[in-house]
Amino acid sequence: MSNTAALSDTFQKRIDAEEKIEPRDWMPDAYRKTLVRQISQHAHSEIVGQLPEGNWITRAPTLRRKAILLAKVQDEGGHGLYLYSAAETLGVSREELIDQLHSGKAKYSSIFNYPTLTWADIGAIGWLVDAAAILNQIPLCRCSYGPYARAMVRICKEESFHMRQGYELLMTLCRGSDEQKAMAQDAVNRWWWPALMMFGPSDADSTHSAQSMQWKIKRFSNDDLRQKFVDQSVPQAEYLGITLPDPDLKWNEESGHYDFGEIDWEEFFQVIAGNGPCNHERMSARIKAHEDGAWVREAALAYADKQRQRAEKAAA
Amino acid sequence: MPDKRLPLWEVFIRNKRGLDHKHAGSIHAADGEQALQYARDTYTRRNEGSSIWVVKSADIVASQPEDEDSFFEPAEDKIYRHPTFYDVPEDLKL
Repeated sequence: MSNTAALSDTFQKRIDAEEKIEPRDWMPDAYRKTLVRQISQHAHSEIVGQLPEGNWITRAPTLRRKAILLAKVQDEGGHGLYLYSAAETLGVSREELIDQLHSGKAKYSSIFNYPTLTWADIGAIGWLVDAAAILNQIPLCRCSYGPYARAMVRICKEESFHMRQGYELLMTLCRGSDEQKAMAQDAVNRWWWPALMMFGPSDADSTHSAQSMQWKIKRFSNDDLRQKFVDQSVPQAEYLGITLPDPDLKWNEESGHYDFGEIDWEEFFQVIAGNGPCNHERMSARIKAHEDGAWVREAALAYADKQRQRAEKAAA
Repeated sequence: MPDKRLPLWEVFIRNKRGLDHKHAGSIHAADGEQALQYARDTYTRRNEGSSIWVVKSADIVASQPEDEDSFFEPAEDKIYRHPTFYDVPEDLKL
């Protein structure tokens, strides 16, 4: 057996035994590349995900809601940082990762390219988008790459507040005036299908699935997770008195699951390709924030350098 | 002008008195003071910390995974370091 084949064999055996791979371990290049792509894409999604919600911080209807939304958006920032930190253990620098996002080379979740038109959107995002994110993320807590798995444990612990605050927000609207209830319904109408798309293409069309399963980066298929999401959301919608915008949605006694309609994959691929309603706006806002903050980073470094020189002089 | 990249720091957090500091992740910061503040904002938003250590990642010296077997081998055959190695009367509760 060649050296690489032996290393590769040890690597896969370790994964099969449910042992974690750690940063300095030997790993196939493709495993490293897949992880950098997935973890950074995940990090970018958290960071870009701050933008649609940040849009409503100054217009939250009460101080309570404002404090909650601020905390949630701050969490998304924190989650992005946990994940960048995990990606960096694979030998890629933060600057490279940020450049890839800003140049459009790296993707982020297509869901954040939809606009937040009303206050109810904040509720719909928490209830649907964060619920979908949780379903995607829980299996990642057992991912074969140690730093990614550990970051996900942290994230999942914090994520359930995000979903609950969204549901509570919608509950409040649904118990309010007719206009408030209509606003909640309208938000769910717009977010339901994009939320279903968050689980990615159907298994048959998913390019990375089989290899990621073998490497235990991925544990469940896109379609299985999507089904789980639909099954859990239907009773939650019923409780709110909200109608999910899918005429084909109905209980299937035989399968024990809800059947649902066909997803508009053309829309999904268009949004991923950069043609969603807010792709351009999101990237401009992100790049502007990064560039506007450049002087702060430079000043902090200059200050640290000055302090160090001063200390050296005093010691001499 | 110094190097424009903010250096990487490893973050260790003590959840509460009596426990060890445990590695939490890393952050980028210009100096130790800023690293502490960023570590607080990033890793202790829900009272997870009562004390934080930060150390420049470049200053950490680590053992190599490929040396794992030979490096830790000396401990492997010294079973007499464990209490179960010794035969003593069971009813004595030693």
